[in-house]
Amino acid sequence: MPRVSVFVTCIVDQMFPKVGMAMVEVLERIGYDVDFPEEQTCCGQPAFNTGYREEARKVARHFLKVFRDAEYIVVPSGSCTSMIAHQYRELFAKEPEWLEATNAIEPRIWEFSKFLLEVAKVEDVGARLERVVTFHDSCHGLRGLGIKEGPRRLLSRVRGLTLREMDAAEECCGFGGTFSVKFPEISGGMARTKIDSILRTGAELVVGIDVSCLLQIRGALSRAGSTIGTMHLAEVLAHR
Amino acid sequence: MTGAPENQIRNTLENQHLQTAIYTATGRLMSHRRAVVSPEVLPDFQELRTQANLIKKHTIENLDYYLEQFASNVAARGGKVIWARDGAAVVDFLAKLAKEKNVRLIVKAKSMTSEEIELNDRLGRHGLEPVETDLGEYIVQLAHERPYHIVAPALHKTRYEVADLFTERLGVERETEIERQTKIARSVLREKFLSAGIGISGANFLVADSGAIVLVTNEGNARMATTLPRIHVAIAGIEKVIPRAQDLAVFLKLLGRSATGQPLTVYTSFLSGPRRENEIDGPDEFYVVLLDNGRTRLLADRYKRESLYCIRCGACLNHCPVYRKVGGHNYPWVYSGPIGKIITPQYLGVTHDPWLPFASSLCGACEEVCPVKIRIPRLLLKLRSEVVKAKMRDPQSRLERLGFRVWAWVMCRPKLYEMLGAMGSAVFGNGEAWLRRAPGLMNYGPVKAWFSQRDLAPMPARSFRQMWRARRKAAQD
Repeated sequence: MPRVSVFVTCIVDQMFPKVGMAMVEVLERIGYDVDFPEEQTCCGQPAFNTGYREEARKVARHFLKVFRDAEYIVVPSGSCTSMIAHQYRELFAKEPEWLEATNAIEPRIWEFSKFLLEVAKVEDVGARLERVVTFHDSCHGLRGLGIKEGPRRLLSRVRGLTLREMDAAEECCGFGGTFSVKFPEISGGMARTKIDSILRTGAELVVGIDVSCLLQIRGALSRAGSTIGTMHLAEVLAHR
Repeated sequence: MTGAPENQIRNTLENQHLQTAIYTATGRLMSHRRAVVSPEVLPDFQELRTQANLIKKHTIENLDYYLEQFASNVAARGGKVIWARDGAAVVDFLAKLAKEKNVRLIVKAKSMTSEEIELNDRLGRHGLEPVETDLGEYIVQLAHERPYHIVAPALHKTRYEVADLFTERLGVERETEIERQTKIARSVLREKFLSAGIGISGANFLVADSGAIVLVTNEGNARMATTLPRIHVAIAGIEKVIPRAQDLAVFLKLLGRSATGQPLTVYTSFLSGPRRENEIDGPDEFYVVLLDNGRTRLLADRYKRESLYCIRCGACLNHCPVYRKVGGHNYPWVYSGPIGKIITPQYLGVTHDPWLPFASSLCGACEEVCPVKIRIPRLLLKLRSEVVKAKMRDPQSRLERLGFRVWAWVMCRPKLYEMLGAMGSAVFGNGEAWLRRAPGLMNYGPVKAWFSQRDLAPMPARSFRQMWRARRKAAQD
């Protein structure tokens, strides 16, 4: 059986464990032997994005050590994947040894939906979910990794599911890591713009590939008194 | 965040009229742009962006060469080049020139570079009367405001506000129809055009191989301002030079499209030197002021010098979800939006407005639409790290740094990380209810900030790794 390692990300590990489990379930269902290296923690993005590069480097080195021998690394996040695939190079520009480790890991790291479509080459994972959903394009997945049609193709194969596009699908939800608490009012305003767009679709559920965006969207939907839920793509695909 | 104009930002966010005005106006510019850059109508759009980026890169890397070439070609056509270190040097030159030529009234075409050096106020202090002739600029000048947007200076003003402004400042009857308002402005400005002694413009491009300046406009006022007065002075940042006239084939295709969604703007003017014999219009004297004002300092920074590629189209503003919320007057300088966020700290110093590079969700929409491919998020990240370094001794930053040090230390120790996670889950497992009963925690900055806008679901009882182990164990049993 082909083997994949999962990097579930710190936020999924701590706050959305079911998303990680759903991803494992889908990967196993399509025939992969899944490994979870238990030494894994975070990719270092929070420190990097806040300007603490030395601290980010420490955590990034830890990541590179943990996943050094993994054949495929599958990640339920466009943002963390983009951090590792693009920003590590920046972090280690002056450290040849770690730069080499980064270059070695970069072709092996895959965001979940991209892995399904481009490595496993599977569109239909046998999922069923009878809901009307709308899809949020998370910024780092969309602009950093070019993820746009992929998740929609996967959703189109989910039995019973109807996708209704929102007009502001590509607009940022306003999370932005520490931005969400450094500029709460701007961040909240952006979330509300997003939510208005979601509400206009009449969908019952917002689907995305990053739980950080979903944390923001869910929190703002709940604050607005809406009953619309959020689900990670992996959870949708695991559903039967 | 500390230092940010929070009250002012809040006022903008709570002003529903203003919010609608910003969102609608920028949204319109976005959809106009989208319509003219789509692969169906402009298949080579992405290649044009790459080309523009390469031309800019080449020019900026060889700026000294192209500036000298430009200057000598201007001179060859009878014009004069003035090298200005900063705004004071520009004002100095203009004040002397006006005195020598006995000029008081000056007409101006739209120029962000002149806004950057607060030219109008400073000329006013010399007893001169500069009058903006671009309608939007004229409106903000009457209102004593800064431009709200790089290409649409009065984007935030409704026609009713303009009506009141005209009545108050010009003594005309209240007129709310835009066409009639334009007529009012036109009749006032026509007089100014005819009696002004100097016309000032900016320059969208300085063409090195011909010594021409290129102006890209929609209202025609720039042609009047640069040909009716006896003297024309163009003020441009040194980064505006491009090597060859043929490079305009790339830039003109990108500029109008990115700015307003026009394949070409209404007027594209090529101006070189004063009026020659047998020519029927043009000024008697032609000056180009090449402004540094911090640009050479920026040029010295290899990492960030790509900020000098900017052609001031404003597309990054229109597509920025933060600009679309806070508008153009909550930024510390005349350049707002994403481009403002990266150039302001470089001109004014990173500690001048340390909050600025952090006021971004790093969504990347700006880079995606930038016609010259400036990697704005990358520069924001770099600036953030520079702010962190520069503010190291500041008490609040010390606390934050300590926080990230501890965090990094924990993240390199998986067992400790897991233990702290489990403690967190035990504490926050009840979610918000628990937090609300612990007012100390609710007042803690980031927690308070989060809950000021959103809810938070309770932390799950078990982490992924715990579920993973349980599942494996169950499979083995």
